[in-house]
Amino acid sequence: MIGTGNLVRLALRRDRILLPVWVLFLVGITYSTTTALEELYATAESRALLGVTANANSAFLAMLGPLHDWSSLGGLVVWRWGVFSGLFVAIMAMLVVTRHTRAEEEAGRTELIAATVVGRHAPLAAAVVVAGGTSLLIGLLQALALVGKGLDAGGSFAFGLSTASVGLVFTGVSALTAQLSENSRVSNALAGGFLGVVYLLRAAGDAAGESGPQWLTWFSPIGWTEHVRSFADNRFWVLLLPLAAFVLLVGVSSAVVSRRDVGLGLLAARLGPPNSTIGTPFGLAWRLQKGSLIGWSVALFAVGVIYGSVAQAVGQMVQDNPTLGQIVSKIGGADAMVDAFFATITQVLGLITSIYLVQAILRLRSEETSFRAEPILATPVSRWGWVASHAVFALVGGAVVLAASGLGLGLVYGLQIDDVGTVLPKLLGAALVQLPAAWVIAGVALVLFGLFPQLTGVSWAVVSVSLVITLLGPALQLDQWLVDVSPFTHVPKYPDITFGPLAWLTAVAVVLLAAGFAGFRRRDLTT
Amino acid sequence: MTSAISVSGLVKTFGPTRALDDLDLDVQTGEVHGFLGPNGSGKSTTIRILLGLLRADSGTARLLGGDPWKDTAALHRRLAYVPGDVNLWPNLTGGEVIDLLGRLRGGLNPARRAELLERFELDPRKKGRTYSKGNRQKVALVAALSSDVELLILDEPTSGLDPLMEAVFQDCINDERRRGRTVLLSSHILAEVEALCDRVSIIRSGHVVETGTLADLRHLTRTSISAELAAPPNGLANLAGVHDLVAEGNRVKFEVDSDKLDPVLKQLVSTGVRTLTSQPPTLEELFLRHYEDAK
Repeated sequence: MIGTGNLVRLALRRDRILLPVWVLFLVGITYSTTTALEELYATAESRALLGVTANANSAFLAMLGPLHDWSSLGGLVVWRWGVFSGLFVAIMAMLVVTRHTRAEEEAGRTELIAATVVGRHAPLAAAVVVAGGTSLLIGLLQALALVGKGLDAGGSFAFGLSTASVGLVFTGVSALTAQLSENSRVSNALAGGFLGVVYLLRAAGDAAGESGPQWLTWFSPIGWTEHVRSFADNRFWVLLLPLAAFVLLVGVSSAVVSRRDVGLGLLAARLGPPNSTIGTPFGLAWRLQKGSLIGWSVALFAVGVIYGSVAQAVGQMVQDNPTLGQIVSKIGGADAMVDAFFATITQVLGLITSIYLVQAILRLRSEETSFRAEPILATPVSRWGWVASHAVFALVGGAVVLAASGLGLGLVYGLQIDDVGTVLPKLLGAALVQLPAAWVIAGVALVLFGLFPQLTGVSWAVVSVSLVITLLGPALQLDQWLVDVSPFTHVPKYPDITFGPLAWLTAVAVVLLAAGFAGFRRRDLTT
Repeated sequence: MTSAISVSGLVKTFGPTRALDDLDLDVQTGEVHGFLGPNGSGKSTTIRILLGLLRADSGTARLLGGDPWKDTAALHRRLAYVPGDVNLWPNLTGGEVIDLLGRLRGGLNPARRAELLERFELDPRKKGRTYSKGNRQKVALVAALSSDVELLILDEPTSGLDPLMEAVFQDCINDERRRGRTVLLSSHILAEVEALCDRVSIIRSGHVVETGTLADLRHLTRTSISAELAAPPNGLANLAGVHDLVAEGNRVKFEVDSDKLDPVLKQLVSTGVRTLTSQPPTLEELFLRHYEDAK
């Protein structure tokens, strides 16, 4: 552990922009969500109505979890933002830990560090301190922000510590995944996949309602934050679970560190073929990107299956509840409610898919900065051909991923209501109409890559902003022009598909992509 | 003789840094041309411009009769490149990378590929992430040398190779010369350039300060001589081109400009020579002279 302090300082120096942005982002949204909900639900009646509808709507339950306490503003904040706050802090912890452990090791920099007076466990310890510490800081500042808004202190700290607890658990999860593979990309994919699984576990448990497998939520670190019931009961003891998980995961990771060689993972490398049949840039891109494409397709198919299986319950619930039935009949009956559910879900699927598209485009930049583009571009492969070989994974691969999700959604829902023939094509279409909006996001990423290569990472900010605007925009009562910034705002809502917006979104994407291509053709290769 | 590479007045800036400053370079077809300079002197920048990876701010560059920025793909069919920093895809084997680069270039010679793998003692079945720096370098070298191309551009190709492999590399380059290929070999290893190159260009701070055959360049250097004479030396100190003369009785040690060797030796002979050792100039000294100038 000797040298941990110095490595922590090194990590903080390297992340002096990244970490404050995460903190500001997560604390800022907590504050603005509170302000917006305060105005939106000013009266006790409006909150009570929200309480009934929120807990009866499977789409809401699956996405946000149950609303435990609608009598207080704090309860509304926890419901609207708690799950996402946990998700975001988990992503932060995952990226930070991998960046300072496996990525460093892969780049050979750990070797440089390990040869100085630094203990074997110091790099891992430093990453855990930085990621865990940032999680705690975010939780603390979130609590203070809520107290600052005049909310109950106990509930505020229960909420803040819940957020921090997810960060701690995923600090541990990434500490472990970083030991398993030699590749930081795989390490992030494993931790990210696990995050997806625990989000869906609690989504399934929450959406199932009282009669269903609600216990699933107890197997999810995000579910634990719901069981804290901040502002309702403030069950702080639940937080012992994430704490135990954190200690256990970090303990196991450091035990692995004691046993393995620097630079190697637990999953050993094997010999491969001495010859290759790859002979085109696309062949190489396929080799590099196929794992990610297949993984994303399978994952989104699974997400589709889960949401598809919940959809029937949405209609069921209306029939079981006469009071709710009356409210719902005014807005078009149970069918309209199911349609609204699918409209929301397909939009979420589109947003998630845009993450895949950006990742596929950013592969260009990582190939460039790692000097792997150079030998390829020193062959007769044109700049255009090289960019196209990867961009096709964003453009066509994105369609494959969305189709997989629509397939899962339609197949399961169709089987449940015994009408696969009608439902499947409709829901497949509903998923695929998200594609032009996702293309626009990919277009922005390619423009950044082509014209401002040093700023390629800003693509993630574009994805995050679209996510926040689309998911939280209505709750935050954002101005319309701001809501319009996200391309997903303009995608026609299921089941009313119109082609006008799709056409102009595609046109915007084409212009952006062309600008990106042209920019890259004209610029120097840089690192 | 025609020029395979002809560069004049090349300028390239990166922000405030002037990486190339009015650079001229001429490589004749069929020669092995050494491109010599310390780290950061602009060798790699020049090569990247020749490959169309960077665009020059001003000046002209011609490569195999074409424009490296505009005719990129057509020119790349006729050349092979070994980068200074070889980074391989972690999940592709060395053999796969060799085949891939060869195919992208329009095919490689399987017999030569097999022969080179053997000569460089490279296992093509290992994954990219498990190779050492030297082995990654070998992958790039085998890929380049087994292609049928007119021009080889090698950017510090032996960094990371052990002396045994360096010898193999030198054999390979001599083979290429016999096949009539043109080679641009950038290096800061002087012995390598001395052993291989027909002509040399020396670059410092983005400017070629010297160019010519090794013999041409030796005019600029001094030979060090120590001798025991029949009598104390006389008049030696006054001769043009003699430097750092130390005389103790009949023994003398001094340095002499290589083009003034003849009159100085005549003077020694006229005194009578008992023993004489002379050391020819190395590129090391050439280098030192140029960097001393910079100080």
